[in-house]
Amino acid sequence: MKTSKGVFSRTALVFGLVFLYVPILSMIVFSFNNSRLVTVWDSAHSPTLKWYGELLSNGQIVGAAWLSIRIALLAATGAVILGTLTGVALARFGPFRGRTLLSGMTTAPIVMPEVITGLSLLLMFVALEQLIGWPKGSGALTITLSHITFCMAYVTVVVQSRLVGFDESLEEAAMDLGARPATVFFRVTLPLIIPAILSGWLLAFTLSWDDLVITQFVAGPGSSTLPMVIFSKVRLGVSPDVNALATIMVLLVSTGIITSAVWMRYQTRRRERDEQLAAAANL
Amino acid sequence: MAQVDNRAGRRLVAGIPLFWLLLFFLIPFLIVLKISFSEVQLAMPPFAPLFHWVNGWPRPKLHFGNYGFLFTDPLYIDAYLYSLKVAFVSTCCCLLIGYPMAYAIAHANSTWRTVLLMMIVLPFWTSFLLRVYAWIGLLKNNGVINNVLIYLGIIHEPMPMLQSDFAVYIGIVYSYLPFMILPLYSNLEKHDPTLLEAAADLGANPMIAFFRITLPQSVPGIIAGSLLVFIPAVGEYVVPSLLGRTDQLMIGRVLSDEFFENRDWPVASAVAILILLALVIPIMFFQHYQRRELEAQK
Repeated sequence: MKTSKGVFSRTALVFGLVFLYVPILSMIVFSFNNSRLVTVWDSAHSPTLKWYGELLSNGQIVGAAWLSIRIALLAATGAVILGTLTGVALARFGPFRGRTLLSGMTTAPIVMPEVITGLSLLLMFVALEQLIGWPKGSGALTITLSHITFCMAYVTVVVQSRLVGFDESLEEAAMDLGARPATVFFRVTLPLIIPAILSGWLLAFTLSWDDLVITQFVAGPGSSTLPMVIFSKVRLGVSPDVNALATIMVLLVSTGIITSAVWMRYQTRRRERDEQLAAAANL
Repeated sequence: MAQVDNRAGRRLVAGIPLFWLLLFFLIPFLIVLKISFSEVQLAMPPFAPLFHWVNGWPRPKLHFGNYGFLFTDPLYIDAYLYSLKVAFVSTCCCLLIGYPMAYAIAHANSTWRTVLLMMIVLPFWTSFLLRVYAWIGLLKNNGVINNVLIYLGIIHEPMPMLQSDFAVYIGIVYSYLPFMILPLYSNLEKHDPTLLEAAADLGANPMIAFFRITLPQSVPGIIAGSLLVFIPAVGEYVVPSLLGRTDQLMIGRVLSDEFFENRDWPVASAVAILILLALVIPIMFFQHYQRRELEAQK
């Protein structure tokens, strides 16, 4: 009886993973297809790299990718700074005035439908420009500010959950030894939460790089990010160079994730071994 | 001295993000609310001011016409109800598919667990837009699924699957499935196996033990996962634009069309407020859960 339930859930897991990966694999396979008809395999002339060549010589796509990278770098960095401040405040400061407001405003953007966030941010930028003459029009600046806002929520959650996992005794010990709060933060707290900050930064970078809906609202007529260019292309139907782009992105992301997982595993192993050695030395 | 220093520092640490979120999150909503009561006009920005100055005092002139308009034209109510239906059905599908998957991962050994979790998260890190786009190639008339079915002789004519409710459900379930699995997994992983052993010792068969012990204990995970799928799905824009019907819009698309095509900012704002009205209770539930989850780790 016990095994029958295990078999059921395992079968579901296998089918679920197939469901998750078949679309991605199909994009990868058809990116090497010679035919423009995308889903009809032209076995006489495939596999071919011609869509990759076409992709890299497409100035619009390369330009948009470059803009997206610059925005994502800035947005992820801004989101990490603000998200870390929020995470520290929520996890370490106990009750303070504005705490409920702050925690409410950090969790809400995670689930908020993007059309609403996008609309509200644009209307705010317009009102701000009327009021103080800044920001002048929409563009990379308004996109970056918006991305920082919705990405910092994710960083906050990651940092906060890392911080509540540690007890405060280390920080208290440093305080007792006379360290100033800023010193405690940079010498004790920050090293503890560095892994969370790094994964928060990567998450923010990915979210910013990938965002379409909010960006469409706050981008001006002149600035098109990569998702905006892809969206206008695929709205007209499938196009083979988008498959090539997807393949490149999937390869980059999976290499990054697998490398970081292996690295973290190695770090944990090394720490465990050090702890064992230390314990052995104490005997 | 250190105490004063400490308090000023703390005020700064909490104050900066608080100020940022007030400016870029809360105030924008108040502006949306304000504009939803304004009258549309041909100017830039395309709405009339809400306040009139009468003898040096601001007097608001609330204009309810935008909301009235939403209720007179059946297009809006249709799109609204259709979006709620799509979000609800997609959430149920995610739960039915995601629960057994999360269960299997939680019961795998620790090496497999890491690998499986990574496999669940990996698609989430690759572009959402491209993953939805992949389904066009699979679902269209001369797409992969139809070609395979014709090749196998199961069907003779291609089945139209793109631009249907079915395609929208597939797209939403596909893109949001990791959001369902992860909270369910983190709940199921914490369950105490001795409870199930005790139930078995007392003669409960595994089916009964599952429905009487595991399922009730996993309710918080079910709620969190469902909210993470349901709330964004209501306003979903990309999936219905790429895979959905052309004769039935979802409310997120209506909002964006009002804004970009008709340039009617007040009506777009009224639509946003209407969506928020349906979501405010689920969002508060989600915040409650999130706070409890973060505090429970202490």
